[in-house]
Amino acid sequence: MRTRTLVIVGLVVALLLAGVVSFYASARPDGLEYVAEKTGFLDTAEDSATAEGPLSDYSTKGVDDPRLSGGLAGVLGSLVVLVVAGGLAFAVRRRGRDSEDVRDDNAGAGSR
Amino acid sequence: MHVPDGFLDVPTSVATGAVAVTGVSVALRGARRELDDRTAPMAGLVATFVFATQMINFPVGAGTSGHLLGGALAAVLVGPWTAVLCVSVVLLVQALMFADGGITALGTNITLMGIVAVAVGWLLFRVISGVLPRKLVLVAPIAAVAAFVSVPATALGFVALYSLGGAAPIPLDTLTAAMVGWHALIGIGEALITGLVVGSVTAVRPDLVHGARRALGSRDLEIRSTLGATR
Repeated sequence: MRTRTLVIVGLVVALLLAGVVSFYASARPDGLEYVAEKTGFLDTAEDSATAEGPLSDYSTKGVDDPRLSGGLAGVLGSLVVLVVAGGLAFAVRRRGRDSEDVRDDNAGAGSR
Repeated sequence: MHVPDGFLDVPTSVATGAVAVTGVSVALRGARRELDDRTAPMAGLVATFVFATQMINFPVGAGTSGHLLGGALAAVLVGPWTAVLCVSVVLLVQALMFADGGITALGTNITLMGIVAVAVGWLLFRVISGVLPRKLVLVAPIAAVAAFVSVPATALGFVALYSLGGAAPIPLDTLTAAMVGWHALIGIGEALITGLVVGSVTAVRPDLVHGARRALGSRDLEIRSTLGATR
């Protein structure tokens, strides 16, 4: 499988998870929240400074349909993560074709 | 396991902020050895996949749920330093855009899920890989075991931070038992997802799996016509 094909298939899967499947995710409190509630320190949690943001808690402000609201938030978040993390990876990578055959950690030192 | 603002006091949050900044700076240097033109797209994909998968909370036990942390998964796929960067970007976007995890708690969350989970997952993966035969079929199961352990280990990291600067006086043994117990269950989901994803990528492109390089390197050289089409 070509690298491009693999990355595109992976991204389509990720977008489907964030945009569609996320609607069916469990709404129960997560492990930490549950333990905090049971052991009695959940009320020490404070609202985040971004709690009033347009996408806070994975729902899009102004979109009433819950399926669309959550799906849109998931897709937007995925795209932002892709651009930031992908951009960072391309910025710090070794450049050029000489890096393609590097197989172990110390081989890179001699290739530049 | 996203820690909200308020759970930990200010000194502890400042300290974990310093740990996070240091960890990400070191990872920026280390990731250079892991990333090239071929693997950089994988880093973007892995971060996006971790973000998307973290939206899928799966039910655990009676009243709680869990989601993938992704530290072990990312470390095995793209290498530990790049994994720290991937998970940190996910946590940053979650805190800023979605109010998932606090702002003053961002350092805590990067320390726990971006550094502890990745470090435990990767080190355990390397230790187990070192004692087992170098075979490609073992990469995914070993990654799954490492992923399983990384979740309660990260929960233990939270307990350690809470013992230093928790906002409320909670008995440490109660907190430890509850955190490690529930997160061991969540770790089963982490292991299944990690094993499935690492197994799938290893099946089609083992050369793009960082953790499969030793197994690939010890394989006898052979000429396969399909390999020519992959570059």
